[in-house]
Amino acid sequence: MNANYHRRRIVNVLAQGGMVACTVAVLVPLVLIFSYLLLKGFGSLNLAFFTHLPKPVGEPGGGMANAIVGTIILIALASVVGLPIGVATGVYLAEYGHGRLGWIVRFSADVLNGVPSIVIGIYAYTLLVLPMKGFSAYAGGCALAVIMLPIVARTTEEMLKLVPNSLREGALALGVPAWRTTLLVVIRTARAGIITGIMLAVARIAGETAPLLFTAFGSQFWHQGLSQPIASLPVQIYTYAISPFDDWHRQAWAGALVLLTLIFLTSLSVRLLTRGRVHTAR
Amino acid sequence: MDRREEAPLANGVRSESAELKWPVTSVSAPRIQKRLNLGDWMFRNLAALFALLLVCVLGSIVLVLLLESWGSIRTFGWGFLIGSKWDPVFKEFGALPFIYGTLVSSFLALLQAVPLSIGTALFLSELAPNWVRAPVSFLVELLATIPSVIYGLWGIFVLIPWARTYVGPALSTTLGFLPFFQGPNYGVSMLTASMILAVMVVPYVTSVTFEVIQAVPTAQREAALALGATKWEMLRMAVLPYGRTGIIGAVILGLGRAIGETMAVTMVIGNRADISTSLFAPGATMASVIANEFAEATYDLYVQALVEVGLVLLIITVFVNALARLLVWTVAGPQTNMRGV
Repeated sequence: MNANYHRRRIVNVLAQGGMVACTVAVLVPLVLIFSYLLLKGFGSLNLAFFTHLPKPVGEPGGGMANAIVGTIILIALASVVGLPIGVATGVYLAEYGHGRLGWIVRFSADVLNGVPSIVIGIYAYTLLVLPMKGFSAYAGGCALAVIMLPIVARTTEEMLKLVPNSLREGALALGVPAWRTTLLVVIRTARAGIITGIMLAVARIAGETAPLLFTAFGSQFWHQGLSQPIASLPVQIYTYAISPFDDWHRQAWAGALVLLTLIFLTSLSVRLLTRGRVHTAR
Repeated sequence: MDRREEAPLANGVRSESAELKWPVTSVSAPRIQKRLNLGDWMFRNLAALFALLLVCVLGSIVLVLLLESWGSIRTFGWGFLIGSKWDPVFKEFGALPFIYGTLVSSFLALLQAVPLSIGTALFLSELAPNWVRAPVSFLVELLATIPSVIYGLWGIFVLIPWARTYVGPALSTTLGFLPFFQGPNYGVSMLTASMILAVMVVPYVTSVTFEVIQAVPTAQREAALALGATKWEMLRMAVLPYGRTGIIGAVILGLGRAIGETMAVTMVIGNRADISTSLFAPGATMASVIANEFAEATYDLYVQALVEVGLVLLIITVFVNALARLLVWTVAGPQTNMRGV
């Protein structure tokens, strides 16, 4: 009896130790990735990286300024297309989405969220690149918009559902029509939360590479208008990483550091925003 | 059910969250009522229109891929799925090497990721004090925000050399009698791809498993503890079996992620359309072949074949994701936070 109890306690301690070991093992790659990014990325960062165009193969120096600008343009394009649809869908799901259509939309959004981004790339290629007879920023932006849609829709829905019903009822009791209640009271109350969802989506699409490979394609020059191929940080990192040149490898690390910093700043501000919202809601 | 009901309702009125039956309709002046309803009607339908647009996007993705790959479907029929020769020069297209590559790399990734994820989820849920839980779960979530291409970059310059000099030799000396660990080891391989996939899948499986474990009723735990179980016995006998369906759902959700993952895999797997038993050999997945060859496909049938690979990939991921969602919902309810998953 006593020996048995002893054995059980040892197993218990071992199992708990195993859980701690698992957690450490999960965090090790994270630490490794960060340290390599800082180590290799910082050394290659300089002013030219942010202000200059890529140099031709063999010439050292140059930067990724066009890719940084390109990424910002692509995100803006995606937001212009994706945000209105996403937010409106979220409003529909939260305020009217209790019937069958709501279920269908919610399910579609979740399925769309799971569609591999490379498939969305093919979709945008077929619908936009083929008819326009060329790679373009438009096609890249639309591909990213499709990726944004379900994220924005679902977070908007979640955030609107957090708004207490008493607020809606109060507005209605004052004679405000339901649609104006939604616009002026519900959405305004949940504003911080909706922005959170938007920034989550932006953080997600900022690093997307696969759908841009054959839509925005990439370029070595400043952007030449939205109907032309456009450079972006993730694609540039990819091209440089698989190239055989040391100098390009260095730039890829620097680009990765910049991209990750951008994404982390976005998610960090999301955290701060959410904290503020939770705080005021209570 | 949802958090809306937790909110205090005016005068204890339980508003029917099922439909919009707000008192607006009982306004006495009929003229005003009509105008109000028009505004509501327009707003509601406008929102519904946008929501339908999202459904249409999903539907048209399937449709577009089907139409675009129709030439290849007609030419190869079902043989496309079982043909093992992918030779653009001779216009021969069989997708089996890629289907094989996708399944094997994803399966291997789960083999590494699932134990780690469940262990981490248990740690976060059961062992970690609050001051540890918050930062650790934040760090695990960070893993999910790193873009695929950065994983790939790290894979090329750190993981591949490491796999070539340490992991490969270690495996071939200890498990070399198995056919999986024989042959030359260049580092660019199915094994390396599965390792990087495992790292990428961990945050998703962990967060959903965590939610599922948290959803297990306290009574389950207390009953086990009252019977004298140690903490581990309580978890093994009362918590894990209760949440089994949900955990399986979490694993399948991770599978869906791994199957669709493109860039990191493309950068480390070597991209060779071969089926080989050795995990040290380079391979290719459905996503990686599209990423690699689509922009360079020179004739129609080639493009169509690649789109058909995309279609197969789409069907598999949609199926896997739907299955996972249903499984998780049965345990933790449809409100389970699977954001970004």
